[in-house]
Amino acid sequence: MASEDVVGSDFRPGDVGPAGSRRSEGAVLAAIALGGVIGAESRYGVALLMPHQPGAFAWSTLVVNVTGCLLIGALMVVLLEAVTPHRLARPFLGVGVLGGYTTFSTFAMDTQDLLRADRPGAALAFVGLSLAFGALAVWAATRVTRLLLRRRIARRAATAGHA
Amino acid sequence: MIALMVALGALVGAPARYLTDQLVQSRHRTGFPWGTLTVNLVASLILGFGVGAATHFSAEVTALIGTGFCGALSTYSTFGYEVMRMSGDGRRRLAAVNVAASVVGGVGMAALGWWAGHSWR
Repeated sequence: MASEDVVGSDFRPGDVGPAGSRRSEGAVLAAIALGGVIGAESRYGVALLMPHQPGAFAWSTLVVNVTGCLLIGALMVVLLEAVTPHRLARPFLGVGVLGGYTTFSTFAMDTQDLLRADRPGAALAFVGLSLAFGALAVWAATRVTRLLLRRRIARRAATAGHA
Repeated sequence: MIALMVALGALVGAPARYLTDQLVQSRHRTGFPWGTLTVNLVASLILGFGVGAATHFSAEVTALIGTGFCGALSTYSTFGYEVMRMSGDGRRRLAAVNVAASVVGGVGMAALGWWAGHSWR
């Protein structure tokens, strides 16, 4: 077992070096799994608060996906521009929590439900609102977060320039 | 019990999304988010099947596979972020292709899965 680990981490092509080991990949996967559970439970909570009948407009899915787009817009500015993040921050918060919170499969299924209920107008509105508000949310959250953190971002850019 | 099933499904679904994305993205060098598209289409197909065949499954199994696994396997936040990043980089046409492929493909996969699940007896 031990020798296998040495071979795996030292000689596997594409490894970033002895530090880019199986253990560090394990920590990333664990952070994603834990974040995913937190995100999915939050989505389930919103669905319980805003129930809808089959074939009806799924407001809960729209709310989850649009708020998730708001949060990822803000998160990416913080992680990529404002701070030097912990290496598990993006796997946990971005891939895990927000990936687990938002859902494309339920968005597709809710659209299909409306089509099957012979409500093509409502299906089109659901897709249109999801796309428009999702895009607007990412864009607006990015702009607002950059504005709020402009001093920190400028400071970090200046230090990075001298390094 | 239902909440526990959602957690168990997400515990597998979220890492499965990450690993699939890594695998798919490592196989090409274009800027197109094939990894996200892949997980979203696969999750829509599985969820469609689960909903179509719902009479065969308990509420617990539906929560485990549908709400937990498929919900965590697919992602709307990364989809939205990638579309906005592509548009911001001046790759508007590619962003539009991604939106069209994701929506038409996702709804099509959900319909295909539903039909398969519904015909299953």
